[in-house]
Amino acid sequence: MISDERILMAHGEGGELTRDLIQSVFVAALDNDELRALGDAAIVPAPGDRLALTTDSFVVKPAVFPGGDIGKLAVCGTVNDLAVAGAVPRYLTTGFVLEEGLELALLREVVRSMAETARQAGVTVVAGDTKVVERGAADGLYINTAGLGHVPAGRSLGPERLCPGDLLLVNGTLGDHGMAVMMAREGLPFDTPIASDCAPLNDLVETMLVAGGAYVRCLRDATRGGLATVLNEWAGDRVGLALNETALPIAPAVAAACEFLGLDPLYVANEGKLVAAVAPDAAPAVLAAMRAHPLGGEAAVVGQVTASHPGLVTLRTPYGSERVLPMLAGGQLPRIC
Amino acid sequence: MRYIDEFRDPATAARLVDRIKRLARGRRLRLMEFCGGHTHAIGRYGLGRLLAPEVDLLSGPGCPVCVTSATDLDYAVALAAVPDLVLATFGDMMRVPGSAGRSLMHARSEGADVRLVYSPLDALALAQQLPDRPVVLLGVGFETTAPGVAATLLQAESQTVDNLLLLSLHKTTPPAMRAILCGGDTNLDGIIGPGHVSAVTGSDAWQFVPEEYGIGVAVSGFEPLDMLQAIASLIEMAVEQRPRVENCYGRGVDAHGNAAAQTLLKRCFAPSDAEWRGLGALEESGLALITDLQHRDVRALYPLDVDRAPEPPGCRCGDVLRGVLLPTACPLFGRRCTPRDPVGPCMVSAEGSCAAYYRYAEVQDA
Repeated sequence: MISDERILMAHGEGGELTRDLIQSVFVAALDNDELRALGDAAIVPAPGDRLALTTDSFVVKPAVFPGGDIGKLAVCGTVNDLAVAGAVPRYLTTGFVLEEGLELALLREVVRSMAETARQAGVTVVAGDTKVVERGAADGLYINTAGLGHVPAGRSLGPERLCPGDLLLVNGTLGDHGMAVMMAREGLPFDTPIASDCAPLNDLVETMLVAGGAYVRCLRDATRGGLATVLNEWAGDRVGLALNETALPIAPAVAAACEFLGLDPLYVANEGKLVAAVAPDAAPAVLAAMRAHPLGGEAAVVGQVTASHPGLVTLRTPYGSERVLPMLAGGQLPRIC
Repeated sequence: MRYIDEFRDPATAARLVDRIKRLARGRRLRLMEFCGGHTHAIGRYGLGRLLAPEVDLLSGPGCPVCVTSATDLDYAVALAAVPDLVLATFGDMMRVPGSAGRSLMHARSEGADVRLVYSPLDALALAQQLPDRPVVLLGVGFETTAPGVAATLLQAESQTVDNLLLLSLHKTTPPAMRAILCGGDTNLDGIIGPGHVSAVTGSDAWQFVPEEYGIGVAVSGFEPLDMLQAIASLIEMAVEQRPRVENCYGRGVDAHGNAAAQTLLKRCFAPSDAEWRGLGALEESGLALITDLQHRDVRALYPLDVDRAPEPPGCRCGDVLRGVLLPTACPLFGRRCTPRDPVGPCMVSAEGSCAAYYRYAEVQDA
């Protein structure tokens, strides 16, 4: 049993306190055979021929925000990276860096939320690690997750497959996560609360791939830097991307908060939104499948792939003019994931 | 969004654009948007392209960060290095390079205690938390920002928070307007008057423009319909040759301005000469602390030796600020000078013209 209510340096020193912490917080919540074995490495059945492997670290401040927390985020972020690569996520590992003095109640809440999100996403957290650093050497807690998934035969997604004329689809409103975190951090008193969209997207992706098959050319989760930044990464020698401002779904509260703070929602992070490039013939079916899914009710066609300005992402304004959406030099907001 | 969408209606915008084109009667007119906020609105809504070729929009010196001289910046950077001193600044000033490319961000990475504040009152709170250390507020801004700084100083006086000091780089806009019009190298047909500045000064502050220089001023808000309305009004004045001051921002501005803000300015500041990037030294264009507040004047307390700084080599910010050069015509624009690695201040500030042209580039026809 852990009697102390806060994390001590001793929790990271490998002795009894470490063991208690792992058992009572991590194993208790994330419970599965591989983790319970507490071996040096988890041994798992190979999920398929082609594997997808990814890793991500999470430093969001504050650790708990409307619509989510750092634990939920750490699962969603890695699951979504696997999903948009066309992989079926299977296993996660996680590493925690804890600041001396962290409230144990917060850690429990975060790990519980992590476990719940993992269950929801159908992944197992099979290995983990905990380190404790001196007070002031970290800000509360940081989490790393790595994820392993398998890529079913014949599946291939990527920006090299983009064709002029493909339509760009998003699964709902943009900028919710970044603004929710910003509002929570700055304590800005808006009447309408904004909640993060943080969610595992793997089931939505499967639904889309069933509906569109190989006509779904490329997927990305529009996280750090928002939709505009992700699309800039797609733009290359052959193709550009053209967005239509009037088609972009943005929640009124997010639009108002961005207006108030001088931010552009197209550059604000999402944690439960993806953008898909889909061949025009298949787009209606994919859009219908997205809208029928709980995470795609507000899905919309927001633009298209074009050959007319390769390398550029552009926005058609409601006034008929068209301007470039560049890559920003720095993020608009620090530490949102 | 209520109170905003009304001023963004595309159908009304299209009607206004038509009206502007009809009013121009084939002439090509040169208008200056004085304020950096307007430059950004023009870019964000793509108004420049919609109004071409009848209307050329030139940006003016209305970005307080951009017109801060390299010498003043060098002084701020030197000040930040004074042991124990805390420099409180608005975020925009952090990355502006002084001479030799050094900014407050560099000073901070070398150990200077530079803190970001969102409001002058944050600096007051900081001074209260650190009573044994001098806390210097870097006061940058026009008539819009200066009253808040004045209110903060008066609060520090009444609460006897003696360690709050000010580096006043505040500037007033009418002298800059006059300098541009006297310079004669911009050849303007009208001026889109600053919205927020005019809320403090009143639109009457611009009466000298039609009276002495024979061109119109239309004070504008920052939404597309505000701006198109102001532009239509200026075109009409220019074509009819009846220049005057028109207030097209009635929901924020009146003829006489904000009396409370003006009183605050008078209680703390007196006009002084000031150095503007691009325009040089302009008489009575700065705001120096009055004698009763000399004990808060950081320049008097820390007379650091700073050389007169040259502008960064090749940088044409000065010409951009006077409306002589479009940002895109500067040889450094987008090549050596980008928001990520800025050479001149106009590429740094959120209100800088070069940053606006970079951020909101128009799509060229293929």
